[in-house]
Amino acid sequence: MCTVCGCGDQPVIEGAGHHHHHGHSHDHSHDHGHSHDHSHDHGHSHDHSHDHDHSHDHGHHHHHDHPHDHHHHDHSHSHDLHYGRGEAGVTVGSLDQRRIVEIEQDVLGHNDRLARTNRAWMTEHGVFALNLVSSPGSGKTTLLCRTVSDLMSRYPLAVVEGDQQTTHDADRIRATGAPALQVNTGKGCHLDAAMVAQAMERLELADDSLLFIENVGNLVCPSAFDLGEAHKVAILSVTEGEDKPLKYPDMFAAADLMILNKVDLLPYLSFDVDKAIAYARQVNHDIEVVQVSATSGQGLDEWYAWIEKGRALQLHRKKKLAARND
Amino acid sequence: MHEMALTNGILQILQEQARSQGFSRVRTVWLEIGALSSAEPEAMRFCFDAVCKGDPLTETAVLEIVRPAGEAWCMDCCEVVEIAARHQPCPRCGGHKLQVTGGEQLRVKELEVE
Repeated sequence: MCTVCGCGDQPVIEGAGHHHHHGHSHDHSHDHGHSHDHSHDHGHSHDHSHDHDHSHDHGHHHHHDHPHDHHHHDHSHSHDLHYGRGEAGVTVGSLDQRRIVEIEQDVLGHNDRLARTNRAWMTEHGVFALNLVSSPGSGKTTLLCRTVSDLMSRYPLAVVEGDQQTTHDADRIRATGAPALQVNTGKGCHLDAAMVAQAMERLELADDSLLFIENVGNLVCPSAFDLGEAHKVAILSVTEGEDKPLKYPDMFAAADLMILNKVDLLPYLSFDVDKAIAYARQVNHDIEVVQVSATSGQGLDEWYAWIEKGRALQLHRKKKLAARND
Repeated sequence: MHEMALTNGILQILQEQARSQGFSRVRTVWLEIGALSSAEPEAMRFCFDAVCKGDPLTETAVLEIVRPAGEAWCMDCCEVVEIAARHQPCPRCGGHKLQVTGGEQLRVKELEVE
């Protein structure tokens, strides 16, 4: 029961608190969800101080700095600190239960672990995965359709399509004859490693294949989520602003290759290619750049050569790993 | 808004830790958001309050954000320099040959629990 007023057995009015007038100006908060047997002496004034200042700012609502005519105790945690047992010279019981735990855990640790599992599996099987990221409308799907059509006779390949809704993109890829799986993220703004793990399983990827993962059209969120891919590839079309690498630096910093797409339209635009590349290198000194047009075919050989180089390296890793495991 | 997914990640960490370390209430979470990380502190705060509601473990938890500075190795100066954002040049030579070496973390450092 509440020893401030002896009101513990009274009906609770207005939610969890109970309200009545006390001669002292104080505000506590109670949650009577469990039994408690505390006693404290309110003969002393409530201007006591204690070293848990921060707990006053939040968590429960004590306003020691102004008078109040009702109170509200929260017995589910640490009320001892506020009711002045320490002040009264008695022990401060709940202090013992409070502790600091050092944990040093990455917020993305769970995703990163799954991504590492994906990556290890892909290395073991020689699968070379690219995570394609861009704004909506950069021409990712058109470029991918063209790439898949051109490369499917050379390598086994598959596509994961990420969008919030619809299977339009996967349908477009499947129309080329390549296996594709749509992942709809619903309200989600990015693919994560768990989604890709599931998609990989369903796609039954062949050894030594290429895997294109077309992320949700978004230059912000996908940068934070490792999927286990070999590289992130950022696609910037020349119909966008050339300063996008500066506006969305995280993505261009995370990518190893920037594809400047729709370069066939350059004669009609004021897009400054050199500036775009300089901006990209400003946020990522090592980023490689290829200039392509998925419609005219310009620059595609360079893009395919980049893929071939990466795939060869992945196959080399696979061989080394197999040798080590033998 | 990937901050929602990120704060769900924090919640998951808190729940796992509560089980393994045996506590029932989190009072304070110290979160490091590096200046070059992908998360926005204010958005994290907003989402944190939203995801913590309704779970006795976290509903009164307070988020304390620590902001480690961005650090990069300048290849021309051969020195570690401090940068506030990715597109910023080396404060010493003005160049952009920078390799980020710190300030990308998004990490739960410490908890005050009971």
